[in-house]
Amino acid sequence: MTHEVALTVNGVHRTARVPARRLLSDFLRHDLGLTGTHVGCEHGVCGCCTVLMDGEPVRSCLMFAVTAAGHDIVTVEGLAAPDGTMSPVQRAFQECHGLQCGFCTPGFLCTVTALLKDNPRPTDDEVLEGISGNLCRCTGYQNILKSVHRAADLLDEEA
Amino acid sequence: MSTRMFGEPIPRREDPRLLTGQGRYLDDLGRDALAAAFVRSPHAHARIIDIDVAGALDVEGLVAVYTWEDLPGRVGEPLPLLIPHPSLTHGRTAYPLARDVVRHVGEPVVMVVARDRYLAEDAAGMIRVEYEPLPPVVGIENAARADHLVHDDVPGNVGAVLLQETGDVAAAIEHAPHVLEFRLDIERSASTPLEGRGVYARWDADDESLRVYSSTQASTSVRAAIAARLGLPPGKVEVIAPDVGGGFGVKIVHPWPEEVLVPWAARLLGRELKWAEDRREHFVSAAHERGQVQHVKVGFDGAGRVLGLDVRILHDHGAYTPYGVIIPIVTSTQLLGPYKIGAYRAEVTSLYTNTVIVTPYRGAGRPQGVFCMERTMDRIADHLGLDRAEVREANFIGPDEFPYDQGLTFQDGRPLIYDSGDYPELLRKIKELIGWDGFAGVRSAAAAKGRRIGIGLGCYVEGTGVGPYEGGHVEIDSTGRVNVSTGLTSQGQGHQTVFAQIAATELGVPIEDVHVTTGDTRRFGYAVGTFASRAAVMSGNAIALASRKVREKALRIAAEALEADPRDLDITDGVVHVKGDPGSAIPLRTVAVLSNPLRYAFDEEAARATQFAVGGSPEDPPVASGDEPGLEGKDYYSPVRSTFAAGMHAAVVEIDPDTAEIHILRYAVVHDCGRLINPMVVEGQIHGGVAQGIGGALYERMEYDESGQLLNASFMDFLMPYATEIPRVETDHLETLSPLNPLGIKGAGEAGVIPVSAVIASAIEDATAIPIAKMPLSPAELFHLMSARERMSQRILS
Amino acid sequence: MKPSPFEYHAPRSLDEALGVLAEEAGAKVLAGGQSLIPLLNMRLAAPAHLVDINRVAELDTIEVSERGVLVGALARHTVVERAADAARVQPLLREAIRHVAHPVIRNRGTVVGSLAHADPAAELPAVLAVLGGEVEAASARGRRTIAAGEFFLGPLESALDPDELAIAAFFPAAPPRTGTAFLETARRHGDYALAGVAALVTLDEDLRVSGARAGYLGVGAVPLVIDLAEPAAAAQAGRPPGTLDWSAAAAFARERVDPESDIHADASYRRHLVGVLTERAMGAATAAAFEGVR
Repeated sequence: MTHEVALTVNGVHRTARVPARRLLSDFLRHDLGLTGTHVGCEHGVCGCCTVLMDGEPVRSCLMFAVTAAGHDIVTVEGLAAPDGTMSPVQRAFQECHGLQCGFCTPGFLCTVTALLKDNPRPTDDEVLEGISGNLCRCTGYQNILKSVHRAADLLDEEA
Repeated sequence: MSTRMFGEPIPRREDPRLLTGQGRYLDDLGRDALAAAFVRSPHAHARIIDIDVAGALDVEGLVAVYTWEDLPGRVGEPLPLLIPHPSLTHGRTAYPLARDVVRHVGEPVVMVVARDRYLAEDAAGMIRVEYEPLPPVVGIENAARADHLVHDDVPGNVGAVLLQETGDVAAAIEHAPHVLEFRLDIERSASTPLEGRGVYARWDADDESLRVYSSTQASTSVRAAIAARLGLPPGKVEVIAPDVGGGFGVKIVHPWPEEVLVPWAARLLGRELKWAEDRREHFVSAAHERGQVQHVKVGFDGAGRVLGLDVRILHDHGAYTPYGVIIPIVTSTQLLGPYKIGAYRAEVTSLYTNTVIVTPYRGAGRPQGVFCMERTMDRIADHLGLDRAEVREANFIGPDEFPYDQGLTFQDGRPLIYDSGDYPELLRKIKELIGWDGFAGVRSAAAAKGRRIGIGLGCYVEGTGVGPYEGGHVEIDSTGRVNVSTGLTSQGQGHQTVFAQIAATELGVPIEDVHVTTGDTRRFGYAVGTFASRAAVMSGNAIALASRKVREKALRIAAEALEADPRDLDITDGVVHVKGDPGSAIPLRTVAVLSNPLRYAFDEEAARATQFAVGGSPEDPPVASGDEPGLEGKDYYSPVRSTFAAGMHAAVVEIDPDTAEIHILRYAVVHDCGRLINPMVVEGQIHGGVAQGIGGALYERMEYDESGQLLNASFMDFLMPYATEIPRVETDHLETLSPLNPLGIKGAGEAGVIPVSAVIASAIEDATAIPIAKMPLSPAELFHLMSARERMSQRILS
Repeated sequence: MKPSPFEYHAPRSLDEALGVLAEEAGAKVLAGGQSLIPLLNMRLAAPAHLVDINRVAELDTIEVSERGVLVGALARHTVVERAADAARVQPLLREAIRHVAHPVIRNRGTVVGSLAHADPAAELPAVLAVLGGEVEAASARGRRTIAAGEFFLGPLESALDPDELAIAAFFPAAPPRTGTAFLETARRHGDYALAGVAALVTLDEDLRVSGARAGYLGVGAVPLVIDLAEPAAAAQAGRPPGTLDWSAAAAFARERVDPESDIHADASYRRHLVGVLTERAMGAATAAAFEGVR
């Protein structure tokens, strides 16, 4: 038994027929070919698979594609401007060396993009709380924190 | 060299790809490939009585099911013992799929291939395996007691007894004015990269060749292993490490069972096949590290100088020993740290248990060795009532004593000779950075407010850049693009940037023109791998040497074209020019064209290299004897022995007197890895290492129950730190060049993690005045230590 | 780690949802999915039918009155956390939600789902219990209200019948002159607590403590509520208002909890934490109560 799933991903209307049990993470990666969203644990702890649903960060491994039908999804592939210019958050991560192997990075980028939209000038504690659900095994987080503050600066400058 | 990129904190060149979702990790490849899943042993130790696959056959989308019986010839042989060693008298490795007996929970028993992973898991779930449980051996001391055996033919569960010895330790301790004896424990942790392992293979029947992508730290060696097992000429096997989502050691082990089985089945089925490990599989079927019990006996004088150190270590290496005794060797040699001590004896007994195999995880035995030595230094200081830093300093090798021979044999089979260093200066810097000297006042001021804070210190020396070799290939093409390749692999260390910095600096080209490829046997077939903080030292120097060859050739060809002396030429921004005469110049892309004598002109530029365009003597061949067409060069770097980096860490912790929760208030690192190629990247390595060290000190452990079940095989219960658990790391550097390599560099990849448990233990001990002999330490455990001490002091009072 | 197959139902109305639950024995309800889907992915649960209530718009409600906060089955943690009027009427709700996992999990997870999951280590069951709240359950057979004290039967076991859906939970408002506090100790920030306490202190018109209660998580098979009126009397004996000594309450609570050992902490440490957290939380709740009347 399969279901037709129609939703918007990175501003584009997409459809695919999938079984009900297809996780949104697998749907994005395998059915739609958007492999930027990564899968690190499939039990909702690591945060690698975080995407934006209707603007809010959610774990795509803890949602079925059928549940996401009709919603608006943004993945890491959709964060840059249409001309390919990286978003302030993406640029800040490069500038501050906020990534190493890059596997957890898409989840952080989606989380931080939403965080700064809600709270354009977070304090250190607010940044910590904001990214507290994402694991990174490479950076020790220090440069990620720095990246978030830098992204806030860039967003401010470019507003 | 005016284009100076070496030493600059330039942004990483791999980032734009990784930041926009354009990275390509293993499971991002092969969208249409079949998927493999495994039936894994639920028992720690059992005999397989029967495997009934009938239930799986009805599962929609099933393609194949394999057990050990199905594996032909060398495919079914035990996996290789990668690093033989004379002390490893009873090395044992696993079969790719279990044959008769399983020896740890998670050992693969049946491979299932299906249309996708969901269906493969459905089919795996329908396979019934009947086991006869055997008594499991869990825990180091149970292994040593050997009431039961992991392998019937390994008496006492002892795989190896490794001995390291200098001088007469018994006599030295006997004559020492002071002697202490104690026991230390370190529990298991694991590399735990966020991307698990994975293999994707495709067989080209027309070409009779195999391409394999693997999330590995050693693609050339994976190729050799697959070719040997599958009976293919190595030239018909390509292995590529794509973007790898972290390794930290676990991915240096090879070939994993899956690295043999997936290519084999892909060839047999004539279909693309992929296995992407899931998180639960990673916990129970990859590898762990760290677990040791150490019995220490030390003799010392009144100044705290160690006269004799006798260490007996029990090391838990899990169910099999594919990686040999590397961890015991590293523990027992690197234990000595920056110190020159009197007599030394270390005996490591490496034991089998019915648990996941133990292979190097970042630090690779050093954290345990450093824990042993640094705890010893603190015990000595405490015993003598001396300052902990002072005791360390009393034992330091002096800056004028290099090269310093410790008299032991290191993991590369070469003498343990430190090449350079300045330990007193490192100590001075770390004391200054953390405020060591004024801390007593800080501590008592805090105590007056009911706060318990303490300071700790830890020192280490790390042998980095072990051989045997790495190579580099550098080619400038006719567009001016510089293609650099090296065979070792990358897992986030920024190789595409730091190797480009080296090549750009050596060649005098803009870094934007340099493109680095790693871990692809199609580009570079000879390599060893990425481990032991070796990539920058080994491939960095090889690429520098290859670049120098190319530079020399470019200057020679340009000199002919410019009718100048090569010695008068320089290269700036990709243009060869006469020094002081910018008008007399030729771009490297043109030099590249001229380097390749042509018959056919495919464009305007190429026309310059055709037979009627070039000059030269009609008596000389167009390509001179001994020369080659093209502006390219290859070279290798092979050191006589490792180069020794060093560092010192210090931390201030606060203990909640009520809940025993442990908070790290400050963490400081002073590090010396020789010349820094990219300080930003080095700092990043240190930050990440410290975070893993804190994980190992306070949060992470593998909780096996007595039946050998891993109780915390998930990220819910294996407590990798989040951002909220990691303090800011303050760093400072010292640059003591290595005399062993042209660039003067030393490795930095593992440094951050090495002394953390020792430092945190030292600080907790300082805050609580309770001896800490076991890591990791949870608040519950510390609470019980504190309560026991309170009970004891109440008894003394009453 | 992929879930087993199931038949998927996506009702658009409550009646439709209850109809499916009545028809399909063993159907599981999917709301936020933050606890259920990990179990499905690990194949620790494999229901034949899944009833996805995410399209039942009538359940996506928060009703705040002076009586309390009625949270509908689809209200996400984040939405409740951000609801200022809900926090005014019952501050404990927001204080506790801030300890529920991490912000991203709270974006999807629902308050009522957390109650129905009945994990004794979770925050909201303890809050509902200490407040004496209720769960509204509906089935094709009718509706009923289940008091918190009867709702939690054991670890991951609630009083809901298989065909019932928890459609809302009611968190009563705090009485006047009441202060609250929520404290927990976890291994990592955002983890399930080793022990936690939701505390309520109510003052009478003379600013004497007239009610003191605490709900505990992580220290028993179900959330445990302890009435601390007796040690509260000791806490204020002979002391000026506002300078209470809650150490007797700590001992009182320690004796009444029955925690279990697990890999993260043993029972005696958890019991000890109950004492520490009780003293701290009662102190903080008392301070909040005084703050409220100032």
